[in-house]
Amino acid sequence: MNGALNSAELDALRLSLEVAVRSVVFSLPLAVVIAWVLTRTRFIGRTLFDAFVHLPLVLPPVAVGYALLIVFGTRAPVGAWLRAHFGIELAFTTAGAALATAVMTFPLMVRAIRLSLDNVDPGLEAAARTLGAGPVDRFFSVTLPLMLPGILAGAVTAFAAGLGEFGAVITFAANIPGVTRTLPLALYTAMQSPDGDALALHLAGLSFLLGFLGLLAAELLVRRVRRFVGR
Amino acid sequence: MLRVSVRKRRGDFTLQAAFAAPTPGVTALFGPSGSGKSTLVDIISGLLSPDEGEVRLGDTLLTDTRLSASLPVERRRIGYVFQDARLFPHLSVTGNLRYGAQRAGPATPVIVFDEVVSLLGLGALLHRRPRELSGGEKQRVALGRALLAQPQLLLLDEPLGSLDLARRQEVLPYLEALRDRLSIPMVYVSHEFEEVLRLATHLVLLDAGRVVLEGPVSEVSLRPELRSIVGPELTGSVLEGVVTGCNEAAGVADLAVGSGTLRLSLRGAVPGTRLRLQLLARDIILSTREIAGLSVRNAVCGTIAEISPDEEDTVLVSVDIGGAIVLARITRAALAALGLHTGQPIWALVKAVSMRGHAFRAPMRPEPPSRSPS
Repeated sequence: MNGALNSAELDALRLSLEVAVRSVVFSLPLAVVIAWVLTRTRFIGRTLFDAFVHLPLVLPPVAVGYALLIVFGTRAPVGAWLRAHFGIELAFTTAGAALATAVMTFPLMVRAIRLSLDNVDPGLEAAARTLGAGPVDRFFSVTLPLMLPGILAGAVTAFAAGLGEFGAVITFAANIPGVTRTLPLALYTAMQSPDGDALALHLAGLSFLLGFLGLLAAELLVRRVRRFVGR
Repeated sequence: MLRVSVRKRRGDFTLQAAFAAPTPGVTALFGPSGSGKSTLVDIISGLLSPDEGEVRLGDTLLTDTRLSASLPVERRRIGYVFQDARLFPHLSVTGNLRYGAQRAGPATPVIVFDEVVSLLGLGALLHRRPRELSGGEKQRVALGRALLAQPQLLLLDEPLGSLDLARRQEVLPYLEALRDRLSIPMVYVSHEFEEVLRLATHLVLLDAGRVVLEGPVSEVSLRPELRSIVGPELTGSVLEGVVTGCNEAAGVADLAVGSGTLRLSLRGAVPGTRLRLQLLARDIILSTREIAGLSVRNAVCGTIAEISPDEEDTVLVSVDIGGAIVLARITRAALAALGLHTGQPIWALVKAVSMRGHAFRAPMRPEPPSRSPS
């Protein structure tokens, strides 16, 4: 890695970070709720729901992007409604790239959170009940803090994976410089152009570095939080 | 009064139990493993719903299946000390202690933080995390946490069950102190008779999901149903008496029981205090006349109230000593040789050392639920 980053590279880096952060911030609360529902409740169709949540893990990302277009496209039912009532446009926007990334990384996040919830002893929640804590109180004072290592692990994993999401993003949000051209898309574009070898190498190196740092940070963070919650 | 009358099926097991526990007081739910004790306390706490029946604490209706009424666990104000402590690992000892207190409502607390900390000896532990505590310390914190939630009733489900003997001896005095200093009614689950002896005022004996026996501890100690549960080795009577004198130099204390006085090997007894004494039937010697020149320190005179069958070759002789009943296990051969019969005057002999470790602080008489800070 030599030389400073040029503006196209900086744009791609900034966009990748932005898209990954936005996808994590918006999907995290939902992931916590769904992990809780899948672990602590029993209802008809739970297995089906479970499979649906995990679907992006096994589907081709392009298919997920395409499905998003069908639902959230400018003229698609939900997309048109969002635009008419809230002025929100998703297809071919940075927000759309974040949505596609969130959908793809969602199962990873839910899995990590579920794992940590499985380790929370329901007996502790029962103890909290006998001490006068209602359901919401119990969740925030006991369950959530004990899930923290898992939530953090899930968030960081999803963030790291989100930095590199390609198929769903390019299908749903296209490859628009400065808007949806994240690192992997920029890398792909550079590889397609005849004189883009140096740029491609640069971007690939950057991706490696980012991914590695992400995983390292995750490990350190989870260790610290584990100590904090006394495990 | 805590009134329970419930039925609950769990697989092949059916709990069908009814009892009334006086409040204040310590009611022991005693019985072998699998007799339904824990199911019963879970129902009282509300963590488990009965299939049928009702639970009432004083005027408060906790559950009534006929009315489809049930007070949620978090509004029952019933403290629960679990066998496995269940301290919150992400909170310090102080955080754990304050958890219930913060949710106890705006009323002025009856049980205050500093009092609990000193009563349970938690001062040095306050800044520690639960994982840094020993088993006994964890249970003391769990006790404090439950108490600070200002409970109307405290449930203790084998709180010493996961502790070794040394740790049990460490925690038991704290439980005795709670019983005597706070007037919170307690339901204490145990399958260790010693814990029942030391703590309980009232005993509910459970076997295979049914209440076999209930009543004040010293009364039910003589009943054959209890004997079959505690086993022949622990068969005996439980007496209460007042310390009339003690000789620290000799390490003996005198206890007035019924119309007699027993001298026991015991240090640190305070004259005037009440003790509860377990006399094992196998330790009692009977004599038809007074004998001199024996090392046995105690010979009290009474009359034979009853001779009842015991094991194959032995009988249990109940000796009435001015209202206090002592059980003696003797062989059928000895019974025949001495020609014992009911109504006969008899001397009961017991060594001072055989009572060592069997004398406990007696529960105080139930008092009105007002306490002065001490």
